[in-house]
Amino acid sequence: MLRERGPEVALARELTPGQKRVTPASVVADLAILAWFVFSLFPLVWMVLLALKNDADQTSTYFRFSPTTANFGTVLSQRGQDLTSVDFGQAMLTSVLNCAGAVLVSLVVGIPAAYAAGRWKFKGSEDLMFQMLSFRFAPELMVIVPLFVIYNTLGVFDTKLGMVWVLQLVTMPLVVWILRSYFQDLSPELEQAALLDGYTRRRAFLTVALPLVRPGIAAAALLAFIFAWNNYLFPLILTDSAATTVTVAVTKYLGGGGQAYYNLTAAAALLGALPPLVLALTIQRYLVRGLSFGAVKA
Amino acid sequence: MATTVGGRTPPQQSSPGRAGGAGVPRVPAWRRKLRPYLLSVPAVALIIGILYAFFYGVYYTVLNYAATNPNPSFVGFENYASVLGDALFWRSAGVTLLYAVAATGIETVLGVAIALLLNRSTLIGKTFERLLILPLMIAPVIAGVIWKLMFNPQFGVLNHVFGLGSTFDWLSKDRALWSTILVDVWIYTPFVAILVLAGIRSLPKEPFEASDVDGASWFYMFRRLMLPMMWPYILVAVIFRFMDCLKVFDAVFVLTAGGPGVTTTTLQIGAFEDSITNLNYSRGSTYMFLLWIIVFITARYLVSVLGKAQRRAAGAGA
Repeated sequence: MLRERGPEVALARELTPGQKRVTPASVVADLAILAWFVFSLFPLVWMVLLALKNDADQTSTYFRFSPTTANFGTVLSQRGQDLTSVDFGQAMLTSVLNCAGAVLVSLVVGIPAAYAAGRWKFKGSEDLMFQMLSFRFAPELMVIVPLFVIYNTLGVFDTKLGMVWVLQLVTMPLVVWILRSYFQDLSPELEQAALLDGYTRRRAFLTVALPLVRPGIAAAALLAFIFAWNNYLFPLILTDSAATTVTVAVTKYLGGGGQAYYNLTAAAALLGALPPLVLALTIQRYLVRGLSFGAVKA
Repeated sequence: MATTVGGRTPPQQSSPGRAGGAGVPRVPAWRRKLRPYLLSVPAVALIIGILYAFFYGVYYTVLNYAATNPNPSFVGFENYASVLGDALFWRSAGVTLLYAVAATGIETVLGVAIALLLNRSTLIGKTFERLLILPLMIAPVIAGVIWKLMFNPQFGVLNHVFGLGSTFDWLSKDRALWSTILVDVWIYTPFVAILVLAGIRSLPKEPFEASDVDGASWFYMFRRLMLPMMWPYILVAVIFRFMDCLKVFDAVFVLTAGGPGVTTTTLQIGAFEDSITNLNYSRGSTYMFLLWIIVFITARYLVSVLGKAQRRAAGAGA
C-alpha cells in the first residue's frame, strides 16, 4: 500500500510533453514552484536567523549579525523565566510527558477498538467511529468550558493528569482512525491461518496482526504526539503555571518582559517547533495517510 | 502476558490443545459475537467521559452560570435569545465564514497547483518536496508568533523587504483579517498539496496514455480526466480545511486576539472572550453550542458530497 513512487513518471511525461527540453512553459512552472518554496521557507529561515542574533542586532532588518547561540541558553535559564514568568525548560519537559502519556493511553485504549472496527462489522461500530471523528472537528471550547469547572472541583486543574485526559480529544481519533485503516488492509486470512494452527484469537492478534501493523502504530503514535504537542487551547485554559506547556510558554514572549526581545522570542519559537519538525520528517512516508485519517493512502 | 512480538515464528503444529479435530479452537458463538464489543469497551468508556463534559456544556446553555453567579438557576432559552439577538455574534459568524471560505478557497487552488507542479518531478521539485510539510507541522500558535514578528511595522522583515516603511500596519483594522488568512494559507496549503499529490500519483495512467495518443491537449486532459479523478482527494482536503477553519483560534488569537476592535473575532475567539475573559460560562457555552451545530450540519453535508464525488470518480476511472 505504501507506494512511494507510482506512475507519476509516466504521468508527468504525458502532462508536460517534452519536459526535458526547456520551453517557456517549463520555465514558468519552475519559477512558480520556486516562488512557493521561497514563500514557504522564508519565515522559517528568518526565524532561525533571528534566533541567532545578539541583542544589539535583533532589531536590525539587515543581514548584519554575529551569530550567537546564547539566546537558547537565555530562554532556558532563570533570566528567561524572569522575563516571562514561565520556566521554559520545565514547560518543554511537561509537554513531553503530557504528550507521551496521552499517546500511550490512546494506544492502549485505541488499538483494541481500531482492531475491532477494522476486523468485524458489528452494530454500533460506525457510530463509534463517527463519534471519534466528531471529536476531531468539534470546537474545543465546547468541552473546555465545562472541563474548566469540572477540573477545578476535582482538583486536576493545572496538572499533567488533567492534560493527558483532555488531550485524548486530539490523540484518540487519530490513533483509532489511522489504525483501523491499517487493520482493514490486513488480510484476515493471515489470522485465520494462525487460528487454524491452534493459536488463540489473542495470540493470533498479538503475534500476527500487531507486528504487521507496526509501521502504522509508529506513524499514528508520532503524529498524535505532534498534534498533542502543537495544541494550544487546552493548556491555555486548563493549566496555569505548574503544568504549562511549550506552546503557551512561547507566546509568553510576546507580552510582558519578553516583549522587546525578538531574538529570544524566535529562539523560544524554534525550540518549540523543532521536535514536531524532526518527528514529521521521520514519518514523512506515512503523513498523508495520517493527516487524512486513513482516507488517502499514499 | 509477555509478548514475543519479534518474529513471524512458525506456529507450533504440535499443540492442538483443546482445539477439535480440525485444529480450530472452539469458542462459543456468543463469545465470538461479543468480542468486538469487549474490545471497544475502553474506547467507549473514554468517549462517554468526554461526552459527559460535552453535555455538561450543553446544560450550561440553559443556565445563567458565571463565575459571579456560582449558584446558577434555569433560565430556559434566554442565552440563545441573547446570543442570537447580539449583533456581535452575527458579526463573528460572518468573520468566521469569510475566513473559512477565503482560506479554504485559496489553499485549495494553490494546493492543487503545487501538487501539479511537484508532479512534474523536476530537480527543483524533488529537492524541496520533503520540506513542503514543514509549515504544517509547526504548532499554529508558533506560526502565529513567527508571523507576528515578521508583521512588526518597525523591526519586522516584511515592511523592509517590500519597502513599505514603518507606518504600514499588516494588522490594521482593514487588513488584519486578510493577514490572518495569509498566515493560514502559509500553514495549511501544504496540507492540500500533499493530499492531492498523493491522489495524482495513485491515478491509473492508461486513460492519460490513451488520450495522449488521441492528441488531447494538456488542458483537456486536466479538465476531463485528471480533475474528475482526483476530485475525491481534493474534497477530502477541502472538508478538513473548511471544518478546521470554522473553529479557528490559535494563530488568529496570537496575531490579533480578535482585534483591532472585533475585525478578526472568529466564533471561537468570541466564545473565549465570553467564557474565559468575562467568565460567563453559560453565554460562552451557548456560543460554542451554536458553532457546534453549524459544524455538525456542515460535516454531514460535506460527507454526503464526498460520497457522491467518490462514486462519480469511480465511474470516471473505470
